[in-house]
Amino acid sequence: MNYQDSFRDKELVQGLARRIAELTRGRKKPLVFMEVCGTHTMAIYQYGLRSLLPPEVKLISGPGCPVCVTPNGYLDRAIALSRLPDLTITTFGDMLRVPGSSSSLMEERAKGADIRVVYSPLDAVRIAAANPAKRVVFLGVGFETTAPTVAGSILAAKAQGLSNYFVLASHKTMPQPMAILSADPDLSVDGYICPAHVSAIIGADAYRFLCAEYQVPCVVTGFEPTDVMQGVEMLARQALQGESRVEIQYSRVVRWEGNAKAQGLLAEVFTPFDAPWRGIGVLPGSGLRIADAYGEFDAELALPVQVEELKEHQGCLCGEILKGKVAPGDCPLFGGKCTPESPVGACMVSSEGTCAAAFKYGR
Amino acid sequence: MCVGVPMQVISIEGDQALTEVDGVKREASLMLLDQEVKVGDFVIIHAGFAISKLDEEDAKATLELMREVFEPELMG
Ligand code: SF4
Ligand code: SF4
Repeated sequence: MNYQDSFRDKELVQGLARRIAELTRGRKKPLVFMEVCGTHTMAIYQYGLRSLLPPEVKLISGPGCPVCVTPNGYLDRAIALSRLPDLTITTFGDMLRVPGSSSSLMEERAKGADIRVVYSPLDAVRIAAANPAKRVVFLGVGFETTAPTVAGSILAAKAQGLSNYFVLASHKTMPQPMAILSADPDLSVDGYICPAHVSAIIGADAYRFLCAEYQVPCVVTGFEPTDVMQGVEMLARQALQGESRVEIQYSRVVRWEGNAKAQGLLAEVFTPFDAPWRGIGVLPGSGLRIADAYGEFDAELALPVQVEELKEHQGCLCGEILKGKVAPGDCPLFGGKCTPESPVGACMVSSEGTCAAAFKYGR
Repeated sequence: MCVGVPMQVISIEGDQALTEVDGVKREASLMLLDQEVKVGDFVIIHAGFAISKLDEEDAKATLELMREVFEPELMG
């Protein structure tokens, strides 16, 4: 698809950058925009977009990577499950190296646990169907983009009459942490770069309450460099005019109402719960767990295990990083004790994590 | 984790589609889509599922608009 490359057009990106500089020239207090999606964080580092922006515009990263916000307790339970006999853990690759209280899935795999990386939750269902003597658990983490695919896998397992497929579900939903951050007096965000593919599911309408309650502009933005730059330009324009509306920059994919079918599946299979976020704490109604009607697929109910006592990592600033309060370089462990090779905190694990992006592309 | 890739639908069988980009072929479930898709359409694929249709016309229009507004020589 060659027009996709056009969204990386250097001249276009630079033109947009100059436009932003003109708009904001002479402003004393910089405009602070937060991206809440790890894929945006990666794009911003990868294409060096910060260096193209004038000093009047600052981009900060928020709690946008599901791997980064998955707390130790969840991993501890996954690890305990992986030690059960005849049990296979299936997961997206990112989860392998996230440290739990005293181990990681990677370490457990080295010790002999059956832990397999899959590309799709449907692959996990296929593994369950092919191995009736095994219990197959899929680690259901991720935001509204991923949650419907996991809901789909549960419906597929049900349709096939499988009784050996389970999901350890701790999905997160995006708008709530944005509301919490907006209400935080220590943080002043002048606008949100709203996630692209989360919004494809939930729809741009989902951010309207943020504009109404916190007077903060929201622009749903795509992942290509021109998308991000145009999103920033749209935010700057709104902020300078004192407006706060939701706008869609990524109109080639995102609609106001989102994807009704995927929303329907989420409502059918999951139920909201007060989810714990690494470093942020429990946010009311900010997560999705399996609804009672699908309890037979819920690993937490169907496969009880003893989980070790929770231990937090000393010195890790992940919580502050996820709230956009400190930059990776401010963490004393950054690049020394904590590297992508041997991460201490989750922000260094996922390639979408703020610390990992900063490490890879230079602080 | 929810990086979606745009791919083109090359065949459809029931709820499953075969999609392709740059010569890479992938199976994708259509069970999450609420929009009509046909062979030749572009969709965003995430974790084995098509999650949204990609409107090629809309994409071209966005680019054109950007180009018009941000013509490098006009930027000075
Ligand atoms: S999971 Fe989705 S919203 Fe989160 S960081 Fe990845 S791409 Fe962004
Ligand atoms: S550098 Fe490591 S320890 Fe420090 S905040 Fe980042 S992930 Fe946590």
